Amino acid sequence: MARGHHDVGGLPGAGAIEVTEHPLSDWEILADAVNQALGARGIKRTDEMRRAREEMDSAAYRDMTYYERWIASIEAILIEKNILSKAEIDQKLAAFESKWGEP
Amino acid sequence: MGRAVTAAAGRFKTGDRVKVKFEDRPGHLRTPWYIRGKSGWIERVYGDFLNPELLAFGKDGLPKKTLYLVAFDYSEVFGKSQGPKDKVLVDIYDHWLDALA
Repeated sequence: MARGHHDVGGLPGAGAIEVTEHPLSDWEILADAVNQALGARGIKRTDEMRRAREEMDSAAYRDMTYYERWIASIEAILIEKNILSKAEIDQKLAAFESKWGEP
Repeated sequence: MGRAVTAAAGRFKTGDRVKVKFEDRPGHLRTPWYIRGKSGWIERVYGDFLNPELLAFGKDGLPKKTLYLVAFDYSEVFGKSQGPKDKVLVDIYDHWLDALA
């Protein structure tokens, strides 16, 4: 039994909570839109997204920002439900990169 | 999910003493680690909700589980108390709780 990487409540040494406003990047707003659209279509539920985040590699989870975790969990759930394949996503990503450059 | 209007699935009422199960398993568990194994009391009965542990795997979430606001003495949870009246309040589902005499 072990505490999950997301479950940090009550751990000492976490420091003060950062409460200042921080502007969102365009891709973060888009990530939110994609998430809401998939929810509205009944393709995924919030609890599934949370499970995907909680199941991912702990080092990767800690390295990601908030919306990077969202994107990663959306990808995991879409692959799990056979809506997209990893190959299709990687192919599209490569096409974007060749068109627009490295993200 | 919608607002719960009944609490038919629940075993406890406000004021009942309860102990949180110390369990772990793969999946999406909404009982935080720091509160597992701790003893407290039912502060409020919210009602019955779809089970998020099942929704997390794309299932329908049935049967519903009663959700409670459970209160704990601060010292029970964190060992030292800044103020003896301080409480820790956590939302916990029925199946995570055992009755305490």
